[in-house]
Amino acid sequence: MCGIAGIIHKKGGASENIGAQMTDMLQALKHRGPDSTGYAVYGKDNGNLIMRLKVAEAIELEGSYSIHAEIAERIALVDARLEESGAKIVNKENATEYALRYELDFSGDMKNLADFVEDIEGVEILSVGNTLELIKDLGDASVVSAQYGLNNFDGTHAIGHTRMATESDIDIRSAHPYWAYPFSDIAVVHNGQLTNYWTHRRDLERKGHRFSSNCDSELIAVYIANKMSEGVELEAAMRESIDFLDGVFTYLVTTKDQLGMAKDCMAAKPMVVYEGDDMIALASEEVAIRKLFDHQIHTFDPYDGEVKVWQH
Amino acid sequence: MATLKDTKSHDMGLHEESLKGRTQQRFFSVDESSNLTYFNSFEVDTDKTATIDALEMTPREINIAIRELMESGVGSITVENPMSRHGVGVGILNRLNLTFTDSLGYFGCGLIDGPNVHIKGRVGWSCAENMMAGTVLIEMNAGSTFGAAIRGGDLVCRGSVGARTGIDQKGGTIIVGGNTGAFSGFMMQRGRMIVCGDAGRNLGDSMYDGVIYVGGEVEELGIDCVPGEMNELDVRYLSSKLDLYGIKTPNGAEKMHKYVSGKMLWNYDKLEPHEKKVAL
Repeated sequence: MCGIAGIIHKKGGASENIGAQMTDMLQALKHRGPDSTGYAVYGKDNGNLIMRLKVAEAIELEGSYSIHAEIAERIALVDARLEESGAKIVNKENATEYALRYELDFSGDMKNLADFVEDIEGVEILSVGNTLELIKDLGDASVVSAQYGLNNFDGTHAIGHTRMATESDIDIRSAHPYWAYPFSDIAVVHNGQLTNYWTHRRDLERKGHRFSSNCDSELIAVYIANKMSEGVELEAAMRESIDFLDGVFTYLVTTKDQLGMAKDCMAAKPMVVYEGDDMIALASEEVAIRKLFDHQIHTFDPYDGEVKVWQH
Repeated sequence: MATLKDTKSHDMGLHEESLKGRTQQRFFSVDESSNLTYFNSFEVDTDKTATIDALEMTPREINIAIRELMESGVGSITVENPMSRHGVGVGILNRLNLTFTDSLGYFGCGLIDGPNVHIKGRVGWSCAENMMAGTVLIEMNAGSTFGAAIRGGDLVCRGSVGARTGIDQKGGTIIVGGNTGAFSGFMMQRGRMIVCGDAGRNLGDSMYDGVIYVGGEVEELGIDCVPGEMNELDVRYLSSKLDLYGIKTPNGAEKMHKYVSGKMLWNYDKLEPHEKKVAL
């Protein structure tokens, strides 16, 4: 089991602190998975492209004397390749030694840029978007939130994940959310197990899509990316995914202005939804949503095979 | 003292063998009065009332507080601010009026035998699992596996419930004021389920026995679940039961549909036990 959660403000509204709200929700779901925590938060669009990436796994810092020098080399190489691709670095920040946030002035081909940067050994792009910022690391929500300064993040919508590793390693690569490479501003979190992962992975790889981990959940992000590359709308792609994916799942997808939820045809994985006038909040357990409200709220469980998409 | 009926299993001699070692065969006797009371069940006075503010309490602390109040004879307990916590109100084995002023999380009020519980909010998955007697009334919606394996009592949700409602139900009555999800009544063995709204696909799949009443549409019947014939007794039963909790069906009790087991999968009288014995 894992815990997933999402918030979206309707009618163009925004939360002053969506990072802290998501932290509260994910911390309430810690018992569903303490291995890693991840966020996909959507902030303000200032016209620049935000790229989040990591240049090493957290665990690597403990295992090698030369890793610090290697990290510095990789970062220098990332900077050089960004410049070479025509991306002007407007701002650059380090949340940790291995996790970086770039603000770029770039209008070229996203896939070429991503491929060129990820070609550097040990470098993985976590997200690219105008408003999306994808943060994931080992530990519970309070640890990751403090590490990445998420308690003061203004935004319009967000999804998050607390992971209990079952199908793959405990590392940042296998943590959720997943960015739907190479599409900007699309992210996925998933609770469940997919049993036709390898079959579909091979098919999608033959079509040119990249997988950065061995985690079955990444299939959903790549599948959505593939569908959108064929011109399919988000909601339609999610509806098709109910038959495409085999196994038990409930997943959430976010785009620049949407939050979607899909549940498998067995309704085997939980999801509780609160639909307010101004805000939608949903989570694997109501106890997480209640972190946002000190009064009783009306919630419901979506049914088997149900897909819902909410607009910002 | 009641005598055991002669059944096919007796003919086969299945009750004659005596077990040895740690797995000894023991039969219940009404003379053993100690067997008629539960360990950790209490004599309570329903006129004695108390309130617990659960805002800062863990589920374990809430359950201990309820138990300590019952131990001191309090028979009417109100729990305020349960805040959708899991596993609250479980294992209560005596009569008690228990009210939650807010929602509960997963596995609320499981393994209970006797209390009357009123939940003024919503409940998460597996509410009242293995309930044996009493009533549980929920004012809002409920999650999946609502009333899983209940053996007795009335479990009532005024709103809608999730999937697999009454899975493995062994007795009692489950009443849903709204809709229920897929696989409701899956492997149901005894008891009654009343759904005033619609039911999802695979209703009553592989049910052994019991009755399911549905007021709205059924998306799809499960394997070996077949329509039954509504009669006057059904209507009287439904009317009185729903009136008891003030729940209305869209078209009245007489327009509800009845579903029962086709018993094509029914296996109780098959000879596998004998065959197994021969093989052994």
